[in-house]
Amino acid sequence: MADRKIPFIGAPETNPETKPFFDGTAAGKFLIRRCTACKKAHWYPRSLCPFCFGDCAWEEASGDGTIYSMSVMKRAETPYAIAYVQLAEGPSMLTNIFTDNLDSLKIGQKVKVKLVPTEGGPPLPVFTPA
Amino acid sequence: MSLKGKAYIMGAWEHPTRKATDKSVALLHAECAKGALEDAGLTKNDVDGYFCAGDAPGALGPLSMVDYLNLKCRHVDSTDVGGSSYQVAVGHALEAIAAGRCSVALITLAGRPRSEGMATGTAPRAGNPSAPDMQFEYPYGPTVVNQYAMCAARHMHEYGTTSEQLAWIKVAASHHAQHNPHAMLRDVVTVEDVVNSPMVASPLHRLDCCVISDGGGALVVTSPEVAKSLKRPKVKVIGVGESPKHQMGGEVDLTYTAARWSGPPAWEMAGIKPSDIKYASIYDSFTITVLMQLEDLGFCEKGQGGKFVMDGNLISGVGKLPFNTDGGGLCSNHPANRGGITKIIEAVRQLRGEANPAVQVKNCDLAMAHGTGGSLGTRHCGSTVILERE
Repeated sequence: MADRKIPFIGAPETNPETKPFFDGTAAGKFLIRRCTACKKAHWYPRSLCPFCFGDCAWEEASGDGTIYSMSVMKRAETPYAIAYVQLAEGPSMLTNIFTDNLDSLKIGQKVKVKLVPTEGGPPLPVFTPA
Repeated sequence: MSLKGKAYIMGAWEHPTRKATDKSVALLHAECAKGALEDAGLTKNDVDGYFCAGDAPGALGPLSMVDYLNLKCRHVDSTDVGGSSYQVAVGHALEAIAAGRCSVALITLAGRPRSEGMATGTAPRAGNPSAPDMQFEYPYGPTVVNQYAMCAARHMHEYGTTSEQLAWIKVAASHHAQHNPHAMLRDVVTVEDVVNSPMVASPLHRLDCCVISDGGGALVVTSPEVAKSLKRPKVKVIGVGESPKHQMGGEVDLTYTAARWSGPPAWEMAGIKPSDIKYASIYDSFTITVLMQLEDLGFCEKGQGGKFVMDGNLISGVGKLPFNTDGGGLCSNHPANRGGITKIIEAVRQLRGEANPAVQVKNCDLAMAHGTGGSLGTRHCGSTVILERE
């Protein structure tokens, strides 16, 4: 498949709270946040835990996940798959699935993270069939 | 203190236009305000509370519109939760009236996405870069349709819901729209028509989606004392509820909507149950929106929505739960990409006995109007209003 251009319209704007995440993708690492108090991982990354307001630390995720739900955007110049992928660490994240065969994708399918370059912005995590 | 019955909807007016190339958004709001006040038998000078949402032009909530309309208000509210804002506004008007903060509340909605050529459902919408979620979502091409489509896909996966079952919702709306001279889509469609229409974002087809229309609507909510002085049939607000739902820190669950949380306080305030409802306006941005809300509001068990909507069960005069008898957003009108107010207006018509005779529900004394604003796929608000003909 012709990889859909990422970003779709503009590069993601980073801020002081999320800069380490994008520094991580630039260094080839997919980082997530985990609470130092309740020990739960969450998504999207926040400094204060969305479950208990505890302080969170960055950790490198396994990159393994499962498609929780997905849709192939057919009415687009280049069709693409948007999905929620549930990470092995627990939380689900909005992302894209890159594959040559969009119609073969299924809920429950195992996927693996892939960091892709963006135009004028930091690399972003997408997933491919494992 | 229960707020049940502390306010009445005495004015309701839907703009007949579906394409307003020659009007400003502010003028559409004003025409709707005028229509609803005339319907109630009130004037603009009677208004002491004004409610609007994000479709109102101007940067600071209600300020530009109260200036344009030249209203003198004691109370304003511009809570913006997308298409569900107007059910929320009815609830907030009820609270404000009960608290003595106003006695004639005007609620307006208007917009012209059709004239402006907005790719409402299929283009990613630019958000505010300072929104915390944006940088982790926007680059992936979330559109209105593909976000709702993910809910449909998960519902199908967990409960075996089918495209044909979803199609029945459009079929029912089209049966109603054929009687509405203002509806954008007046042709009756079949299940086959829906499932054979082009796929927009799998598993949602073109005919699973609502229309894109210009227009608007307005409501006048009054105190019981003001209501008593007016000649129109009295539509009492007996139950309200509102609640947002989101991604819950990553514990995403796309199988239910915020209606699961906005419904119970409304049912409790009203003191009735789903089987008491004679007519329901259910937000219909997409067929899946209707199906999930019906489950979450308690009209059927979770996962049974597909069976519930089949075989014309939502068609007035045919099924058990007549819904969206104006044709709804699916066939008639979705002004400003926000279908909340038209849901309430049709419920008011039904309770007054002023719906189109072909779709008027007999002895319609209890009705519901439920709204969903934002995206079921990420973050949205559910808001429920239960109304009674007095």
